[in-house]
Amino acid sequence: MNRWLLWLPLVLFGLFFAAVATGLIMPKDNIIESKMVGKPMPDFSLPAAIEQRPALSSADLAKGKPTLLNIFASWCLPCIAEAPQLLELQQAGVEINAIASRDTPEDIANFLNRWGNPYARIGSDTTSRVQLELGSSGVPETFIIDGNGIIVYQHIGDIREEDVPRILKLLEEAK
Amino acid sequence: MKRLFALLLMWVAVPIAAQTGLPPAPYADRQLSDPQQEAAARDLMEELRCLKCQSQSIADSNAPMAGDMRSQVRERIAAGETPEEVRSWLIERYGNWVSYNPPIASAVTWPLWIAPILLLLAALWLARGRFRKTKDGE
Repeated sequence: MNRWLLWLPLVLFGLFFAAVATGLIMPKDNIIESKMVGKPMPDFSLPAAIEQRPALSSADLAKGKPTLLNIFASWCLPCIAEAPQLLELQQAGVEINAIASRDTPEDIANFLNRWGNPYARIGSDTTSRVQLELGSSGVPETFIIDGNGIIVYQHIGDIREEDVPRILKLLEEAK
Repeated sequence: MKRLFALLLMWVAVPIAAQTGLPPAPYADRQLSDPQQEAAARDLMEELRCLKCQSQSIADSNAPMAGDMRSQVRERIAAGETPEEVRSWLIERYGNWVSYNPPIASAVTWPLWIAPILLLLAALWLARGRFRKTKDGE
């Protein structure tokens, strides 16, 4: 028998061990990026989520200047964490529109009273229809949309303080 | 009586603890009236991955997002779309990741189809040596 063949089981075990070890050591990456980045915003029209802000449709997102589209919910904890950053972006002159995911008007109003309301328009997506259209898999998520209604960037998870300069830069580039 | 009342209260408490106060999407947990369409939708749901609980199909998952996806699948099939059209609509948005039936002719997923065949061939090749030896021993 070929002497080299004797080593084959050990090599196979080594490969198996390496595969299992990497699976254990490397953190699992569960982030699913939307394939809609680079494509036009899908057509949609959502009713107003609260009385104080107008409804949101895809036509509102292609008005010549770049905007942010934030997907949030009152039942979402990271959405509270990103609220100060959204207010900061709004104060920097960014137009932020929102989709409220699976939420009720009372809960949204309470949430915004408590954590601030940086939104120009808020559409209510009670059955995740528009979220699925966007290829978004959770809350919070934020899309950067250029003036022609093309999705140029997707931010998954809450916007942290360190993300703000990059988002401002991307908005500048989308002009 | 007190105990019964406490029991009733516990019953009430379950929906309060739920993630959202909203009722599920219309067809999340309701079958289509056409049994053929329902069967087609059902088969497709078994092959679509839940976005929230990523090791389950949307048919298996209780996540609100999975319910919304089930409703979308049923509504689209009731509107006359074929299951493959619904599947490609989702793949267009989430990539092949969302489907449990990966394409054979794709740069990333072809090994999933080829690997079992290669392993089986390797096993046969290993076993062949074994069989020959026992014959020699007789």
